[in-house]
Amino acid sequence: MVNRILVGAHYGLKDWIIQRATAIIMAIYTVIFLVVAGAVAPDSFEAWRGIFANGFMKFATFLFFISVFYHAWIGVRDIWMDYIKPAGLRLLMMIVTVAVLVGYAGWAVQILWRM
Amino acid sequence: MAEMAIKKRRPKNLDLPTIRLPLPGILSILHRVSGAGLFLMLPVLLWLFQGSLASSETFAAVKGVVGHPVAKIVLLGLIWFYMHHFCAGIRYLLLDLHKGIELEAARLSSKIVFAVSIALTLIIGAKVLW
Repeated sequence: MVNRILVGAHYGLKDWIIQRATAIIMAIYTVIFLVVAGAVAPDSFEAWRGIFANGFMKFATFLFFISVFYHAWIGVRDIWMDYIKPAGLRLLMMIVTVAVLVGYAGWAVQILWRM
Repeated sequence: MAEMAIKKRRPKNLDLPTIRLPLPGILSILHRVSGAGLFLMLPVLLWLFQGSLASSETFAAVKGVVGHPVAKIVLLGLIWFYMHHFCAGIRYLLLDLHKGIELEAARLSSKIVFAVSIALTLIIGAKVLW
Protein backbone atom coordinates (compact mmCIF):
# COMPACT_ATOMS: atom_id res chain seq x y z
CA MET A 1 0.00 0.00 0.00
CA VAL A 2 1.20 3.50 -0.81
CA ASN A 3 1.96 5.33 2.41
CA ARG A 4 -0.33 8.34 2.11
CA ILE A 5 -0.81 10.59 5.10
CA LEU A 6 -3.85 12.75 5.79
CA VAL A 7 -1.86 15.97 6.22
CA GLY A 8 0.30 15.48 3.12
CA ALA A 9 0.09 17.20 -0.25
CA HIS A 10 -2.07 14.47 -1.81
CA TYR A 11 0.85 13.65 -4.09
CA GLY A 12 -0.53 14.90 -7.37
CA LEU A 13 0.31 17.32 -10.10
CA LYS A 14 -2.94 19.19 -9.47
CA ASP A 15 -1.71 21.56 -6.76
CA TRP A 16 1.63 22.02 -8.49
CA ILE A 17 -0.03 23.14 -11.72
CA ILE A 18 -2.69 25.25 -9.94
CA GLN A 19 0.05 27.11 -8.06
CA ARG A 20 1.64 27.99 -11.40
CA ALA A 21 -1.63 28.73 -13.22
CA THR A 22 -2.76 31.10 -10.45
CA ALA A 23 0.72 32.69 -10.48
CA ILE A 24 0.36 33.46 -14.19
CA ILE A 25 -3.14 34.91 -13.68
CA MET A 26 -1.84 37.13 -10.83
CA ALA A 27 1.19 38.22 -12.86
CA ILE A 28 -0.98 39.23 -15.83
CA TYR A 29 -3.41 41.04 -13.54
CA THR A 30 -0.52 42.87 -11.83
CA VAL A 31 0.65 44.23 -15.19
CA ILE A 32 -2.92 45.17 -16.24
CA PHE A 33 -3.56 46.88 -12.89
CA LEU A 34 -0.29 48.84 -12.97
CA VAL A 35 -1.01 50.00 -16.55
CA VAL A 36 -4.63 50.98 -15.74
CA ALA A 37 -3.70 52.67 -12.45
CA GLY A 38 -0.83 54.44 -14.19
CA ALA A 39 -3.12 55.66 -16.98
CA VAL A 40 -6.01 56.73 -14.71
CA ALA A 41 -3.69 58.12 -11.98
CA PRO A 42 -6.58 58.03 -9.46
CA ASP A 43 -6.25 60.98 -7.08
CA SER A 44 -9.90 61.03 -5.97
CA PHE A 45 -12.40 58.54 -4.57
CA GLU A 46 -14.48 58.70 -7.77
CA ALA A 47 -11.50 57.95 -10.02
CA TRP A 48 -10.30 55.07 -7.79
CA ARG A 49 -13.80 53.59 -7.55
CA GLY A 50 -14.22 54.02 -11.30
CA ILE A 51 -11.38 51.56 -11.94
CA PHE A 52 -13.25 48.76 -10.16
CA ALA A 53 -16.72 49.82 -11.34
CA ASN A 54 -15.60 48.87 -14.86
CA GLY A 55 -17.00 45.44 -15.73
CA PHE A 56 -13.76 43.99 -17.04
CA MET A 57 -11.69 45.22 -14.09
CA LYS A 58 -14.28 43.90 -11.62
CA PHE A 59 -14.13 40.47 -13.26
CA ALA A 60 -10.30 40.54 -13.48
CA THR A 61 -9.95 41.73 -9.87
CA PHE A 62 -12.26 38.97 -8.67
CA LEU A 63 -10.23 36.40 -10.63
CA PHE A 64 -7.05 37.88 -9.11
CA PHE A 65 -8.41 37.56 -5.56
CA ILE A 66 -9.49 33.94 -6.09
CA SER A 67 -6.02 33.21 -7.53
CA VAL A 68 -4.35 34.86 -4.53
CA PHE A 69 -6.37 32.77 -2.08
CA TYR A 70 -5.86 29.45 -3.88
CA HIS A 71 -2.16 30.22 -4.41
CA ALA A 72 -1.81 31.20 -0.75
CA TRP A 73 -3.45 27.94 0.32
CA ILE A 74 -0.86 25.84 -1.55
CA GLY A 75 2.09 27.97 -0.38
CA VAL A 76 1.03 28.18 3.26
CA ARG A 77 0.20 24.46 3.30
CA ASP A 78 3.75 23.79 2.07
CA ILE A 79 5.10 25.89 4.95
CA TRP A 80 3.06 23.90 7.51
CA MET A 81 4.22 20.62 5.93
CA ASP A 82 7.87 21.73 6.16
CA TYR A 83 7.93 23.05 9.71
CA ILE A 84 5.04 21.53 11.67
CA LYS A 85 5.63 17.86 12.36
CA PRO A 86 2.82 16.82 14.79
CA ALA A 87 -0.04 15.68 12.53
CA GLY A 88 -2.79 17.07 14.77
CA LEU A 89 -1.32 20.56 14.95
CA ARG A 90 -0.53 20.52 11.24
CA LEU A 91 -4.12 19.54 10.45
CA LEU A 92 -5.39 22.33 12.70
CA MET A 93 -3.19 24.92 10.97
CA MET A 94 -4.35 23.67 7.56
CA ILE A 95 -8.02 23.89 8.58
CA VAL A 96 -7.53 27.41 9.98
CA THR A 97 -5.74 28.42 6.76
CA VAL A 98 -8.55 27.11 4.55
CA ALA A 99 -11.17 28.69 6.80
CA VAL A 100 -9.66 32.20 6.71
CA LEU A 101 -9.02 32.02 2.95
CA VAL A 102 -12.60 30.95 2.19
CA GLY A 103 -13.76 33.78 4.45
CA TYR A 104 -11.53 36.25 2.60
CA ALA A 105 -13.01 35.07 -0.72
CA GLY A 106 -16.52 35.92 0.51
CA TRP A 107 -15.26 39.24 1.84
CA ALA A 108 -13.60 40.09 -1.50
CA VAL A 109 -16.88 39.38 -3.36
CA GLN A 110 -18.72 41.64 -0.95
CA ILE A 111 -16.16 44.46 -1.40
CA LEU A 112 -16.34 44.28 -5.19
CA TRP A 113 -20.10 43.96 -5.61
CA ARG A 114 -21.34 46.19 -2.80
CA MET A 115 -19.18 49.19 -3.64
CA MET B 1 25.21 0.24 17.01
CA ALA B 2 27.49 0.40 13.98
CA GLU B 3 25.08 2.89 12.41
CA MET B 4 25.27 5.10 15.47
CA ALA B 5 29.06 5.07 15.34
CA ILE B 6 29.01 6.16 11.69
CA LYS B 7 26.49 8.90 12.43
CA LYS B 8 28.68 10.23 15.25
CA ARG B 9 31.76 10.37 13.02
CA ARG B 10 30.02 12.35 10.32
CA PRO B 11 31.56 15.79 9.84
CA LYS B 12 29.31 18.57 11.02
CA ASN B 13 29.33 22.15 9.91
CA LEU B 14 26.55 23.83 11.80
CA ASP B 15 28.55 26.92 12.71
CA LEU B 16 25.75 29.06 11.30
CA PRO B 17 27.64 32.38 11.06
CA THR B 18 30.19 30.72 8.77
CA ILE B 19 27.58 29.24 6.42
CA ARG B 20 26.92 31.72 3.63
CA LEU B 21 23.77 31.20 1.63
CA PRO B 22 24.35 31.92 -2.09
CA LEU B 23 22.19 34.62 -3.72
CA PRO B 24 19.70 32.17 -5.31
CA GLY B 25 19.29 30.69 -1.81
CA ILE B 26 18.59 34.10 -0.29
CA LEU B 27 16.11 34.72 -3.10
CA SER B 28 14.45 31.40 -2.33
CA ILE B 29 13.99 31.95 1.41
CA LEU B 30 12.79 35.51 0.75
CA HIS B 31 10.25 34.05 -1.68
CA ARG B 32 8.86 32.01 1.21
CA VAL B 33 9.13 34.81 3.79
CA SER B 34 7.46 37.33 1.47
CA GLY B 35 4.65 34.90 0.66
CA ALA B 36 4.05 34.20 4.34
CA GLY B 37 4.17 37.92 5.17
CA LEU B 38 1.67 38.78 2.44
CA PHE B 39 -0.61 35.96 3.61
CA LEU B 40 -0.54 37.26 7.19
CA MET B 41 -1.28 40.82 6.04
CA LEU B 42 -4.22 39.78 3.80
CA PRO B 43 -6.91 40.86 6.30
CA VAL B 44 -5.30 44.30 6.70
CA LEU B 45 -4.95 44.71 2.93
CA LEU B 46 -8.57 43.61 2.34
CA TRP B 47 -9.72 46.00 5.06
CA LEU B 48 -7.86 48.89 3.40
CA PHE B 49 -9.22 47.88 -0.02
CA GLN B 50 -12.76 47.76 1.39
CA GLY B 51 -12.41 51.19 2.97
CA SER B 52 -10.97 52.68 -0.21
CA LEU B 53 -14.06 51.61 -2.20
CA ALA B 54 -16.95 51.83 0.30
CA SER B 55 -17.56 55.60 0.45
CA SER B 56 -15.73 58.89 0.07
CA GLU B 57 -15.54 59.15 3.89
CA THR B 58 -13.89 55.73 4.30
CA PHE B 59 -11.67 56.53 1.30
CA ALA B 60 -10.43 59.63 3.14
CA ALA B 61 -9.95 57.57 6.32
CA VAL B 62 -7.87 54.98 4.43
CA LYS B 63 -5.84 57.82 2.91
CA GLY B 64 -5.18 59.03 6.46
CA VAL B 65 -4.07 55.60 7.67
CA VAL B 66 -1.86 55.02 4.62
CA GLY B 67 -0.35 58.49 5.06
CA HIS B 68 0.99 57.73 8.53
CA PRO B 69 4.81 57.43 8.47
CA VAL B 70 4.78 53.99 10.15
CA ALA B 71 2.11 52.73 7.72
CA LYS B 72 4.20 54.03 4.82
CA ILE B 73 7.21 51.98 5.94
CA VAL B 74 5.06 48.85 6.41
CA LEU B 75 3.39 49.33 3.03
CA LEU B 76 6.73 49.92 1.32
CA GLY B 77 7.89 46.62 2.86
CA LEU B 78 4.74 44.89 1.57
CA ILE B 79 5.23 46.37 -1.91
CA TRP B 80 8.77 44.96 -1.85
CA PHE B 81 7.43 41.57 -0.63
CA TYR B 82 4.94 41.58 -3.52
CA MET B 83 7.48 42.64 -6.12
CA HIS B 84 10.08 40.15 -4.88
CA HIS B 85 7.52 37.34 -4.87
CA PHE B 86 6.37 38.43 -8.36
CA CYS B 87 9.88 38.64 -9.91
CA ALA B 88 11.23 35.54 -8.15
CA GLY B 89 8.04 33.71 -9.15
CA ILE B 90 8.58 34.54 -12.83
CA ARG B 91 12.17 33.26 -12.44
CA TYR B 92 10.83 30.00 -10.99
CA LEU B 93 8.35 29.64 -13.86
CA LEU B 94 11.27 29.98 -16.30
CA LEU B 95 13.30 27.45 -14.28
CA ASP B 96 10.30 25.08 -14.52
CA LEU B 97 10.65 25.42 -18.30
CA HIS B 98 14.39 24.62 -17.96
CA LYS B 99 15.34 28.17 -18.93
CA GLY B 100 18.48 29.41 -17.15
CA ILE B 101 19.13 26.34 -15.02
CA GLU B 102 22.92 26.47 -15.39
CA LEU B 103 24.75 27.84 -12.34
CA GLU B 104 25.97 31.06 -13.95
CA ALA B 105 22.57 31.83 -15.52
CA ALA B 106 20.78 31.06 -12.24
CA ARG B 107 23.12 33.40 -10.33
CA LEU B 108 22.66 36.15 -12.91
CA SER B 109 18.86 35.80 -12.94
CA SER B 110 18.73 36.04 -9.13
CA LYS B 111 20.72 39.29 -9.31
CA ILE B 112 18.23 40.55 -11.92
CA VAL B 113 15.31 39.60 -9.64
CA PHE B 114 16.76 41.63 -6.75
CA ALA B 115 17.58 44.63 -8.97
CA VAL B 116 14.20 44.71 -10.74
CA SER B 117 12.07 44.08 -7.64
CA ILE B 118 13.87 46.76 -5.60
CA ALA B 119 13.66 49.24 -8.51
CA LEU B 120 9.91 48.57 -8.97
CA THR B 121 9.38 48.93 -5.21
CA LEU B 122 11.08 52.32 -5.17
CA ILE B 123 9.19 53.55 -8.26
CA ILE B 124 5.77 52.41 -6.98
CA GLY B 125 6.55 53.57 -3.43
CA ALA B 126 7.54 57.00 -4.72
CA LYS B 127 4.38 57.25 -6.85
CA VAL B 128 1.87 55.95 -4.32
CA LEU B 129 3.26 56.64 -0.85
CA TRP B 130 5.35 59.82 -1.18
